[in-house]
Amino acid sequence: MRVAVLKGGRSLERGVSLRSGARVEDALERLGHEVLPLEADGGLVKRLLAEKPDVAFVALHGVGGEDGTAQELLEILGVPFTGPGVAACARCIDKVLAKHELRSAGIPTPDWFAFNETAFRELGAADALGDLEQRLGFPLVIKPSRGGSALGVKFAASWYEVPEALVSAFSYDNRVLLERFVEGRELAVGILGGEALPIVEAIPQSGDRYDFEARYEIGRTSFVCPAELSAEVADAVTEQAVAAYEALGCSGFSRVDLILGDEGPQVLEVNAIPGLTETSLLPQAAEAAGLSFEGLVERILELALAPAGA
Amino acid sequence: MSEPPHRRRAHASSSDLERYAGLFAERTRVMRSSAMRDLMAVTARPDVISLAGGLPDTSTFPPQEFAAQMTRIAQESAAEALQYGPTEGFRETVDCIVEVMGAEGMLPDPEDVIVTTGGQQAIDLLGKALLDPGDVVICEAPTYPGAIPVFCSYQAETIQIECDAEGMKIDELEATLDRLESEGRRPKFIYSVPNFQNPAGVTLSLERRQRLVELARARELLVVEDNPYGLLRFEGEPLPPLYQLDGGDFVIYVGTFSKILSPGIRLGWLVAPPALMEKIVLGKQAADLCTSTLTQYFVREYFGGGRWREYVDNLVEIYRGRRDAMIAALQRHFPPQATWTVPGGGLFIWATLPAYIDTSDLLAKALREDVAFVPGEAAYVDGRGRSSMRLNFSAGDEDEIAEGIRRIGKVIGEQVELYSALTGEHPTPPAASPAGDEAPNVVPFRKVEGE
Repeated sequence: MRVAVLKGGRSLERGVSLRSGARVEDALERLGHEVLPLEADGGLVKRLLAEKPDVAFVALHGVGGEDGTAQELLEILGVPFTGPGVAACARCIDKVLAKHELRSAGIPTPDWFAFNETAFRELGAADALGDLEQRLGFPLVIKPSRGGSALGVKFAASWYEVPEALVSAFSYDNRVLLERFVEGRELAVGILGGEALPIVEAIPQSGDRYDFEARYEIGRTSFVCPAELSAEVADAVTEQAVAAYEALGCSGFSRVDLILGDEGPQVLEVNAIPGLTETSLLPQAAEAAGLSFEGLVERILELALAPAGA
Repeated sequence: MSEPPHRRRAHASSSDLERYAGLFAERTRVMRSSAMRDLMAVTARPDVISLAGGLPDTSTFPPQEFAAQMTRIAQESAAEALQYGPTEGFRETVDCIVEVMGAEGMLPDPEDVIVTTGGQQAIDLLGKALLDPGDVVICEAPTYPGAIPVFCSYQAETIQIECDAEGMKIDELEATLDRLESEGRRPKFIYSVPNFQNPAGVTLSLERRQRLVELARARELLVVEDNPYGLLRFEGEPLPPLYQLDGGDFVIYVGTFSKILSPGIRLGWLVAPPALMEKIVLGKQAADLCTSTLTQYFVREYFGGGRWREYVDNLVEIYRGRRDAMIAALQRHFPPQATWTVPGGGLFIWATLPAYIDTSDLLAKALREDVAFVPGEAAYVDGRGRSSMRLNFSAGDEDEIAEGIRRIGKVIGEQVELYSALTGEHPTPPAASPAGDEAPNVVPFRKVEGE
């Protein structure tokens, strides 16, 4: 098959995307496919039209690739593509929208408030922040609404740290959320074609929990897969993860991040197109399930070409 | 040209990588790499105006002259230029080095000079020869961002001494040395970029130079003087190098052709007393046997033409105009709470914003406007510098600089406005800047407030 691999792009996760893409290209070659590496830039549509691939493997992360933009183009061009469709991508990339969907579906997610920049600049939303302490308590996690990585994610231990954290978060997006901090174990559940893979637990070796560097550097975070959980807890985690995947309309593959605290598993976010680098969690989970990286890539392709509903 | 046949390395599986992770040396844990590297991957996009690099402008080097020199080498010395050379470098290269150092008033013994693969290798070789894990290195705050990974990779404890408009604060240095002494510790060396420092753009004053050299003598401490920019002086009288003041007993000197000729030729040097040089030579043998003979031949040819000063003078003219363009743009586009240094030479300006602005986050915002700079954090080992940035004015032309600064000013303005809206207050005063509080009269640099 002629498989176009879409990678790069303009998002801040460009570097991660290039690594995911390169690894996917290797796997595709070894699987005997004809690989067409495509940088997601101004020439993308022209090249897709000229090359007419059978299927596109979307290895883009972050805004512009994981948010439905590239998927929309592929739909218009009639090129089947891997991973979730336009609507699911648009819901997942926007953490605020995703949390609303999750809550409507009865899936637990930490309490939050969201604000956009206009609310502060023009509507005096700063005055509403006074209630935060009562409503959410400290510490708080302050995050840009869009963006798949931990860039711009800050903790505020007290009211005093909130404005600065907001300025940082607004550097990445014009909407931010202030979320109750839930102490607990960090879990990730990769989902492939609607089926949950073994649960991965990420254990940071040092430093902050939400450390962007630790996520992509070997030796900075240790991963345990399958996570050491009782069968009962593991079932509860898996159930919430699959429910979240379905509630957001994902298909193909995605990754659900959860925190397991005293109140049971709560969903933090769903990554529509999780990283596929050497240190990424989904490939590790697949491997724990006995699926090699090639096997994973092949399965993702099959799902992209299967009739809707698969 | 199509790619030659090659095997694509199969990317390792995660369990393979776990295995590698178990093999990594302890020092790799402290090597920095990173989020910033990922952000920097985005700055390499062609549509980004990058004020982040430290690239000299090599576009004015006459191609005909380049071609003629390389042709002469090919015709007259092909076999030698393609061969290994001595670890210390060719004597002819050292003669060129002595000439360059002479232009700044230094008279090194050619026997004390070793040619290195860029000034960067000189710093690395010093680390290799002098640093055991846990040893103390003292440097400026902020310091050259490229020196930090060297100190980290030898697992040194790096202590940074605050700078102001006159460079490293010697009082603070003395207090730190006293404290270390009371703990029974001695720094292995004090690393300084005294002229037009990277990143702060400040220059160590004459009085402080004298004090630093006296202090090194009195306490028998080594000072590493890294001087890539001394000849790129836009105005004012040159100050004597530490090496000249000391006479080469306690001051080790690091120089480079990168900023006066070309960084691509990777030619730098180190000047050290014989006892230390012996270890440096052993270290260099292990590292790369010798520096490129081909580029040493090039330098020899180039200096033979006798016009190297002319070329440097031309660069000085160009960079002075670019610095002025950047200062004018800063005054126009940065908010009144921002401060910046006005370097009398070199390649960099250091700007400091209100403390609530984190310049790493600001970079993400700036990249959406297609402009990049180096977040100040990169120049510190301890997380300081978060509200500062390094701005380069040598790589782009004056229009690009003005446009780049306009774009950065725009995103800063948005953050300042947002912070005011959030706090309902007027923005806080700016954080301490290396430009310091008092206007110095010894050196031609002053702190300038935005208008």
